[in-house]
Amino acid sequence: MLVSLNWLKQYVDIDGLTAEELAEKITRSGIEVDAVIDRSQGMTNVVVGYVVSKEKHPDADKLNVCQVEVGEGDVRQIICGAPNVAAGQKVIVALPGARLPGGIKIKKAKMRGQESNGMICSLQELGVEGRVVPKAYADGIYVLPEDAVPGSDALELVGLRDIVLELGLTPNRSDALSMLGVAYEVAAILSREVKLPEVKYETTYEKAEDYLKLRVEAKENPLYAAKVVKNVKIEQSPLWLQHYLMAAGVRPHNNVVDITNYILMEYGQPLHAFDYDALKTKEIVVRLANEGEKIVTLDDQERTLKAHNLVITNGVEPVAIAGVMGGANSEVTENTTTVVIESAYFDGFSVRRTSKEIGLRSDASARFEKGVDPNRVILAAERAAQLLAELAGGEVLEGTVLVDELDKTPTRVVVSPDFINARLGMKISLEDMLSILKRLQFDVEAANGLLIIDAPTRRQDIKIEEDIVEEIARLYGYDEIPMTLPEGNDQVGGLTSYQAKRRVARNFLEGAGLYQAVTYSLTSEELSQKYALKAEETTKLLMPMSEERSTLRQSLIPHLLESASYNVARNAESVALYEIGSVFLGKTDEGLPYEEEHVAVVVTGKWVDNAWQGEKVNADFFIVKGILEGLFEKLGLADRISYVKSTVDGLHPGQTADIFLDGEKVGIIGGLHPVERKNLDLKDTFVAELNLKAILTATVEDLVYTAVPRFPAMTRDIALELDRSTPAGEIIEIIRKAGTKLLKDVKVFDVYEGEKMAPGKKSVAFSLTYFDPERTLTDDEVVNAHEKVLKALVEAGAEVR
Amino acid sequence: MEQQLKQLEQEALAKIEAASNLKELNDVRVAYLGKKGPITDLLKGMGKLSPEERPKMGALVNTVRENVTNQLEARIAVLEEQAIQEQLEKESIDVTLPGRKIRTGNRHPLTRVIEEIEDLFLSMGYEIAEGPEVEKDYYNFEALNLPKGHPARDMQDTFYITEETLLRTHTSPVQARTMEAKKGEPIRIICPGKVFRRDNDDATHSHQFMQIEGLVIGENIRMSDLKGTLDALAKRMFGEEREIRLRPSFFPFTEPSVEVDVSCHKCGGKGCNVCKQTGWIEILGAGMVHPNVLEMAGYDSKKLSGFAFGIGAERIAMLKYGVDDIRHFYTNDIRFLSQFHRTEE
Ligand SMILES: [Zn+2]
Repeated sequence: MLVSLNWLKQYVDIDGLTAEELAEKITRSGIEVDAVIDRSQGMTNVVVGYVVSKEKHPDADKLNVCQVEVGEGDVRQIICGAPNVAAGQKVIVALPGARLPGGIKIKKAKMRGQESNGMICSLQELGVEGRVVPKAYADGIYVLPEDAVPGSDALELVGLRDIVLELGLTPNRSDALSMLGVAYEVAAILSREVKLPEVKYETTYEKAEDYLKLRVEAKENPLYAAKVVKNVKIEQSPLWLQHYLMAAGVRPHNNVVDITNYILMEYGQPLHAFDYDALKTKEIVVRLANEGEKIVTLDDQERTLKAHNLVITNGVEPVAIAGVMGGANSEVTENTTTVVIESAYFDGFSVRRTSKEIGLRSDASARFEKGVDPNRVILAAERAAQLLAELAGGEVLEGTVLVDELDKTPTRVVVSPDFINARLGMKISLEDMLSILKRLQFDVEAANGLLIIDAPTRRQDIKIEEDIVEEIARLYGYDEIPMTLPEGNDQVGGLTSYQAKRRVARNFLEGAGLYQAVTYSLTSEELSQKYALKAEETTKLLMPMSEERSTLRQSLIPHLLESASYNVARNAESVALYEIGSVFLGKTDEGLPYEEEHVAVVVTGKWVDNAWQGEKVNADFFIVKGILEGLFEKLGLADRISYVKSTVDGLHPGQTADIFLDGEKVGIIGGLHPVERKNLDLKDTFVAELNLKAILTATVEDLVYTAVPRFPAMTRDIALELDRSTPAGEIIEIIRKAGTKLLKDVKVFDVYEGEKMAPGKKSVAFSLTYFDPERTLTDDEVVNAHEKVLKALVEAGAEVR
Repeated sequence: MEQQLKQLEQEALAKIEAASNLKELNDVRVAYLGKKGPITDLLKGMGKLSPEERPKMGALVNTVRENVTNQLEARIAVLEEQAIQEQLEKESIDVTLPGRKIRTGNRHPLTRVIEEIEDLFLSMGYEIAEGPEVEKDYYNFEALNLPKGHPARDMQDTFYITEETLLRTHTSPVQARTMEAKKGEPIRIICPGKVFRRDNDDATHSHQFMQIEGLVIGENIRMSDLKGTLDALAKRMFGEEREIRLRPSFFPFTEPSVEVDVSCHKCGGKGCNVCKQTGWIEILGAGMVHPNVLEMAGYDSKKLSGFAFGIGAERIAMLKYGVDDIRHFYTNDIRFLSQFHRTEE
């Protein structure tokens, strides 16, 4: 909503404040002022000029040499290229030295050899938006009225000596979608009076009801009022009206249309003007459209209607889409003489749905959607009749053609001052509350310790006690509310076990050298299931903005890889990232996907790079595995985790494993497939993803101390020759099973595959630790235990070296 | 014999002087003071002397022995000291060379902001509630006093999945779910999480972002409690000297509703680029829980009241760290992420 202060002054006294001060007060007490716009934009030296003569430029077809009087006896030559410039016109002249919007400075100049001492201006050159400039002047200079005095300030004459407040209205304050609504608000803030326009006009003997019949056949239209005005002369509106409209962002057309727009802005009540003769039937019938019915609207578009769209008809065919746009068939033209003014109350939901379906949102529909003031509907029709008489020479027929079943009683709210103070944590006196409500022009009475309030119908947002709390608080001043903390809490608060463990996991992964990444949950359909631990039915958006962000992910790895690739493309030598986030799987009974929190890791490039020591280690599988092992240890799960070689699309078939917790798959780890590496322009890259939810919710045993060993442990080494494909993990399992309870630990300490081995063979060396917490082991005991292990290995086909 | 002794002493001392390492010195010690050395021999020969001469000679032999031993030890000390000096010299390093870097990563700045806020509220007895990112229309809108067709739904452009399910546009549905679960009991929670809006990604818009919602419900929860709580939040995030102010606003789920400004941390309120010369920066929206929202979740709005607030983690991080483009939070450029490593005041 754009509020011209010149216009606002017609209804409320705003003297004694600068525009900025006024804006600040409005913002602090209820409606945010987004901008304070000085329409003069600091322009100077812009005056009225009289075009004494106009001749063609001798050397340029499109230019004219004009002699322009810009003050008594001050005639200057100005070159003008506008097609509509003519001798005898009063025009806007920017004199040399003038500064115009957009940093333009006017100087004396020669144009094709002819001197030019200024510029004849269009409104656009004075910073008026092209879309609000009257069509007659849209492509040329603006022509001032004949009585304009050469040399006087032209900005005043075109209404640019004005300041406009741009209001950022929240949906509840639709009352401020009108100049009067803003005036009420400002009057309440400043404790001043509202001056309402005086609505009075004379009528003819003829009665409107003899000219027009009205029938309303739809509950979506509880109030329809029509005025009939004869002998209207269609012409330009007076300048003040045009200027107000332009300041409000509305393009002036002709007096009839401008009057409807003026009242729309003044009262917040949309009006529509029909050409009475074009209606043909002397009848208006409001009804729901027939499915598939067509209408050509004012913008020359043919619209196909649905059965729930409300239309105004002449009894035969639609002449307007109610509350949204008029029809071309009944449009007011320059030949119109008799006008029907419609002022109605249309159901907000119906208008909203129709305007959305048709894709047409207008100043009118915006107001109907939010609900217009029931008590201004008829008044606005009266006001229109008055202005048509005053500004278009119309004769108003007696009476209003009316169907009125609209409830116009104000909403009553009963609230106790104690309730208000309790909600605010304040002690505002009853007197102060009453004073505030009266400033708002709410009808209020204090009785039996209660405030009985009838809120004016223009304030449709006032419905419940809490609304009164807000009104009191905002006008009393939010700065006056003290600062306290909630009382009486018996909740201890704190992180849940899951949340606490998740923080531990974050700390561990960061301590292990990974940066936390956050990527998007939405991805392409193609990537949505890539690397997924378990691919299930995907969740897709109904109307995605792009294919790239159309589907919810089932793995975190694709976007982490993109981030890695992004960094590598920017010369990062080492990238190590992790992300914790949800994946979206299948569908639960609630109809929502099952959301499972996962953690994923990507490592690429150099892992260790201590340049001057010559230590460089490239990312490899076991770095990522080591990180996961560390995490499992931290979470007390290390003994319950196992790795089984597997294949995953996009991962290296020889470097991939599934990860199991207590035999249940909870993750994958692997090297990126060479083809994927090439696509993403990555070198050796390793990824892992874990079902974090499963890992963090796995119950672990209580942490209980075990005695620190008092007796020495003994170690024995074994070297085995194995098939290259035999996993070391299997051998460890055999050793663990065969080792008596004395065997406490098995470690791999060497792996060799090379020329000293037979083809297809490898050598793996294990170190076994034997230990008894109760005593020192004898050699015999260790030998016995170790023999059992060796025997089991031989039985399993291993060759002891 | 005395003559002989003196000569031996001279010889031994000369050899000690000439020895250049510990081994040579040891040889000298063995040669002169050892069991088979000449001094021992002399002592053995003392039996041949007269009883008068014996003590005299004995004393003399001991003096020589002592003298040689002392010189020997002194010389050992010198040589040991030399050896240590050599070792130190050899082991000297350039201490200005860089250390072996310990590889570490760090939290994402958004997590950092969220955890800081979480910790503040945990210290005030709040719990952290989480909920699904794909929500029912009911929890995202209807339970929050936004029935279908409500004009305020236009304030938030929504990614729908079906007519009834959507990507949550705020973390407020977690409030609605928590209220439903708590069945009329008092509540103190904050709800951090990812939210989504139909926006084109640019420097100030992101189709995905992080929100932290707060909700307190109890007997006699007042607007002054909201103000005091948010003041504590502003001070924690932007410094002890910060002040807040409330401005009236509108959210369908709160009444009264306010926008909250914090005094500019950059200029202290005098006016600068960050605060657009106003001295104040808008940081969040808040209000007293709308009675319809309470009633819909089964709370008696006459007995209990509450406040709620919603903060954008990106907005806080951008203000706090001067980040100028919201997309930085989602590209995961290590040159960006690694800047959030150190601690602050
Ligand atoms: Zn500032």
